[in-house]
Amino acid sequence: MSLAIAVPRRRQDLRRTARRLLTHLLLILLGIVFLVPFIWLLSTSLKTDPQIFLFPPRWIPAPFTLLQYHLALTTIPFFVYTRNSLIFCGFTVVGVVLSCSTVAYGLARVRWPGRDVLFLFTLATMLLPFEVTLVPLFIVFRTLGWVGTFLPIIVPTYFGSAFYIFLLRQFMMTLPMELSDAARIDGASEFRIFWSIALPLIRPALAVVALLQFLGAWGDFLGPLIYLTDQKTYTISLGLQQYNTQYGTEWGQLMAASTLLTLPVIVLFFFTQRTFIQGITLTGIKG
Amino acid sequence: MAELIASHDQVAVPRHRASLRARSRSVRTGLLFCSPWIVGILAFIVYPTVMSFYYSLTEYDLLQVPTFVGLGNYQQLASDPKMLTAIYNTLYYMALWIPLNIGLSISVALLLNLKVRGMAMYRTLFYLPVLVPAVATSLLWVWFLNPQYGVANWVLSLVNIPGPGWLASTVWSKPSVVLISLWGSIGNTMLIFLASVQDVPKDLQDAAEVDGANAWQRFWAVTLPMLTPVIFFELIIGIIAGIQFFTIPYVITGGTGNPADSLTVFGLILYRAAFFDFKMGYASAMAWAATVLIFVLTFVVFRTSNRWVYYQSGETR
Repeated sequence: MSLAIAVPRRRQDLRRTARRLLTHLLLILLGIVFLVPFIWLLSTSLKTDPQIFLFPPRWIPAPFTLLQYHLALTTIPFFVYTRNSLIFCGFTVVGVVLSCSTVAYGLARVRWPGRDVLFLFTLATMLLPFEVTLVPLFIVFRTLGWVGTFLPIIVPTYFGSAFYIFLLRQFMMTLPMELSDAARIDGASEFRIFWSIALPLIRPALAVVALLQFLGAWGDFLGPLIYLTDQKTYTISLGLQQYNTQYGTEWGQLMAASTLLTLPVIVLFFFTQRTFIQGITLTGIKG
Repeated sequence: MAELIASHDQVAVPRHRASLRARSRSVRTGLLFCSPWIVGILAFIVYPTVMSFYYSLTEYDLLQVPTFVGLGNYQQLASDPKMLTAIYNTLYYMALWIPLNIGLSISVALLLNLKVRGMAMYRTLFYLPVLVPAVATSLLWVWFLNPQYGVANWVLSLVNIPGPGWLASTVWSKPSVVLISLWGSIGNTMLIFLASVQDVPKDLQDAAEVDGANAWQRFWAVTLPMLTPVIFFELIIGIIAGIQFFTIPYVITGGTGNPADSLTVFGLILYRAAFFDFKMGYASAMAWAATVLIFVLTFVVFRTSNRWVYYQSGETR
């Protein structure tokens, strides 16, 4: 009797183990495909030129060298570009967090006729490809004498950005309305409710917006390409491109520079992973 | 008399007036909070959009005043071989990238949903490429796909397949770029699918299992229908992202779109028309052609959506 039960169960266990192994195998294979470019990047950046041009490739650099990093940092004004990137990121992060949270409050927490129209319009603007506004905006900023400065890529972030407004609005909708009503009865002004009640409660969402904007600005290419015409104002993403055309075959330096461009973002990600993943999921259709 | 009227209306009028006042106050508050965005929409979206349409009807090189040419730019566009190549390249890219991105993301999400140990680690692993700035992604892959020294052809040589020229070949350049984009996009799309896979009600799965449905049937009959709203959303996002595809082909080709214009995507010729040839009118006409293309594609997806998108609440949109 006990044997009769034991055999199928063991078979079932076996099948489950096999399935689990297969899943792991698939995930590991896929993981390698995703990871190998990173390893290749890092490996190349730590090699000397003769090692780089070996076929079949050698994965582990022998000897290890930081020469490519030294060259990458000195052949282009790397630190100036990094500073410019940080200025650009910093100002736009402050811009979107301030403007988008304010607007999201107006769309989520104040009942007024017209807000639904504005919200729909906000969503619709996300369908407009950048190509449409690219030329006229350039003409406006050129007339203002802003081309060659950071202003064209910073100032607009202080007037809201559809995607972040949408994200924060979805988040603010989930706060219980009673909170604001109670504060209103106590005589708090609307701005006070926004600043002291709503904002602290949506701090995680604000962090997501700040992070996404930082990443976006750090990696942004088109904006700087068009507006940062003066080499002294180049961001690091843009500077890397200049580097490519100038030293097209210096793969070691290029990989070292790409590593340096990627590293801060990955470090930032590891410190903020949970907030981050939650935020990405939130931007899905769930809201 | 006055007292009488007052007492008569005492209830109705003040309340009405008070609600009116409250209403106008809430309008003022709402507008005040939204004012940065209203200004932003007007200055950075509405005004440029209107001006773009105006410029598309003119010839304008930034130096002279725009001269009106009617539909001349659009006529020129229709017969511009570069424009046709760019549209073809962009549609080719979208036709490959959008379905692969959605399909692979769903597959990865399903794998991750099997409650294997180390799920968070795998998730992070697949997400990492999303973080890499597009410029670095492009440079890294140009080296990875290098026909002589790259990893891709080394792997192929291990199984005795002569590797293609990848980005240097007119046949392989577009599939290569799709591969590069997928590496950078799957992590993001996968997370969104993972969230909705986890939302699929367990009792539905169990009921199907009791009825004897195998894993494959359960996927087609239960999970996939539940994912259709997200697929729909990702399709639309994909179309819009596809037409704006720019940085990767720009960095890979140094802005040329070569070999033989095989990577000249739509954003690239528009950029060149505007900032190399200073044909602002012509570039604006291009932008409108692209917008019409997007609207047509989005419209088609919307029109067919009630046939295949399933909403849990039973309503069809």
